[in-house]
Amino acid sequence: MTPLIEAPSDRLLAGLKALLADKGIVTAQEIAERVAQTDRASPAQGGRMVARAWTDPEYHALLLRDGAQAAEAMGIAMRGLPPLGVLENTDETHNLVVCTLCSCYPRAVLGYPPFWFKSPGYRARAVRDPRGVLAEFGTVLPEARRIRVVDSTADYRWMVLPQRPAGTEGWDADQLAALLREGDMIGVTVPSA
Amino acid sequence: MSLSEPIPGPEPRRAHHDMGGVPKFLCEPIDTGAHALTPFDREVDAIRGILGAKGVMSVDELRRGIEAIPEAEYARLSYYQRWIRSIADNLLARGVISEAELRAALEQA
Amino acid sequence: MLSPGTTVRVRDDWPEARGPCHIRTPHYLRGRLGTVVRPLGAFRNPEDLAFARPAPMLALYHVAFEPRSIWPDAGGDEIVVELYETWLEAA
Repeated sequence: MTPLIEAPSDRLLAGLKALLADKGIVTAQEIAERVAQTDRASPAQGGRMVARAWTDPEYHALLLRDGAQAAEAMGIAMRGLPPLGVLENTDETHNLVVCTLCSCYPRAVLGYPPFWFKSPGYRARAVRDPRGVLAEFGTVLPEARRIRVVDSTADYRWMVLPQRPAGTEGWDADQLAALLREGDMIGVTVPSA
Repeated sequence: MSLSEPIPGPEPRRAHHDMGGVPKFLCEPIDTGAHALTPFDREVDAIRGILGAKGVMSVDELRRGIEAIPEAEYARLSYYQRWIRSIADNLLARGVISEAELRAALEQA
Repeated sequence: MLSPGTTVRVRDDWPEARGPCHIRTPHYLRGRLGTVVRPLGAFRNPEDLAFARPAPMLALYHVAFEPRSIWPDAGGDEIVVELYETWLEAA
């Protein structure tokens, strides 16, 4: 490995950008467009999917059967992206997603992975001490609730379908979507009304 | 599956990025706060995405390059600092850019 | 094709001890017994893709493990991981 790649990161980025632009491989305009496109993905998208699943039984079934198709049905482009699997929280089982090897995250529906998801503490502890991890997020589950930890290691991306909170009877999908945070769809938190 | 299976001790052969259940991080608190991405982070992310879409470099190659960063450096570098180093490593390995070109570009940068 | 409910053992292999490699099977599962939950389709082998080599399609499975068979102090009830067929052997 050449020491050149150990150059300070800002310089490395500037140098590579100049080289890739010179060679016509990646232009400054393409980078700007890509940043704008990536910034449009946010937890609000996953939130809209969850809220619709809570209010539309057919969509609920589709979401669990084929998350990517369910995302497409909400206008989220999934072509060329990894398949999306959705795990449903129930009274029996709570799901928690981690990637112990890197940071595989359902970016298409939740946006950039948050800082904690990429941290060594989360990556090491979620598989071994999930209740301890949940407690740090202020999440306490009933003692009897089973915890399933999903280590996202390969070609799928995984999202959690949380339980609809009590006290939201009669709410429409927009009101419900506004309750949801990114952690709810990874399983570190649960939504509340 | 049986609980009577022998449970071996800590595994010294694991690669440093392979962190599941690793004792040295078990007492590490989780920083649950929001950390805004910098323009640097966003640009590195975008370049990787474009290189992937154009078939210049896959996400698997990105990961290989990240995992090749020595442990102390891996721990010191931020998430996207690892990425830009891996991208440079892979572009050199694939011959998309040469060392001489990168050296010259770094001098101008 | 492995059907749901099949008991499998993850290969007790350590390529990282032999030289440069890229593997998606976490170290904590090597040699462990698990249960196939569902097939997830077929994908190109990331161990080859990582080196820009021709990569064969491999079957991918969701496999469930009992956390306390891995760590006596484990706190969860189930760990589910995506694993490629080349890492699974009959148990």
